[in-house]
Amino acid sequence: MAQDFAIIENYLMIKMPEEVGHYEAADISRTADHFLMNSKAKNVVFDFEDTVLMDSSGIGVIIGRYRKVDCFGGKVFLIHCNKQIKRVIHMAGLLRYVEMMN
Amino acid sequence: MDTITQITDAMTGCKDRTEVIFQARSVNEAFARIVVSAFAAPLNPTMEEIADVKTAVSEAVTNAIIHAYPEGDGIIHMRLTRWENTMEVVIEDEGIGIPDVERAMEPLYTTRPEMERSGMGFSFMEAFMDELSVNSIFGRGTSVVMTKYFGRIHTYDEE
Repeated sequence: MAQDFAIIENYLMIKMPEEVGHYEAADISRTADHFLMNSKAKNVVFDFEDTVLMDSSGIGVIIGRYRKVDCFGGKVFLIHCNKQIKRVIHMAGLLRYVEMMN
Repeated sequence: MDTITQITDAMTGCKDRTEVIFQARSVNEAFARIVVSAFAAPLNPTMEEIADVKTAVSEAVTNAIIHAYPEGDGIIHMRLTRWENTMEVVIEDEGIGIPDVERAMEPLYTTRPEMERSGMGFSFMEAFMDELSVNSIFGRGTSVVMTKYFGRIHTYDEE
């Protein structure tokens, strides 16, 4: 799996894989939580630059990370979302919790 | 639906069908998505239509893996039919079945919150396909039938 994790200041940057389904989701969540526990990152940025497809498993990953960082005043950002990902995010009503940027 | 299908069949006389059977393991979800998009290719779908179908298939297959076979081992049948501008996708399992289909299809309803399941699976299938029906026999298995009409003008709410 090609997703990358990086800490920049207090942001955890997550480069999402080409397709985000149930198979990919568990690993992303686990690794992201590991970084959140062991670094000073309090915000999460999901980068969808390489992602062409995401299903509801991805929604679970985003909401799950939001719940983790929200308790400590952290925020979740989504960047480089294509049309399909935007639609999935709108449909799930995620924009109440996270911020989408381009 | 049946009558329409038969008439179309009689007129054109050609319907392409394929069936793939695979293990209910999440590593095979990507395989299912690739098969469905390859099978749809002759219908000249747009990128968005393909993304719609792949997303819906992903949801149905994930459901079968997570919910139908809690013990782990099982198989999934994916039956694909295409004619004119239409594709029908059937995802069928021989798992435990859904006791209350109506409830399962409610948005945000999930029996697996600890797995970070969002409860949006059926809502996504409904939104991304043109028709959806779910038949389940408790203890015997579940069959999800989805239809997509390609080349229709879809209006999505953009931000």
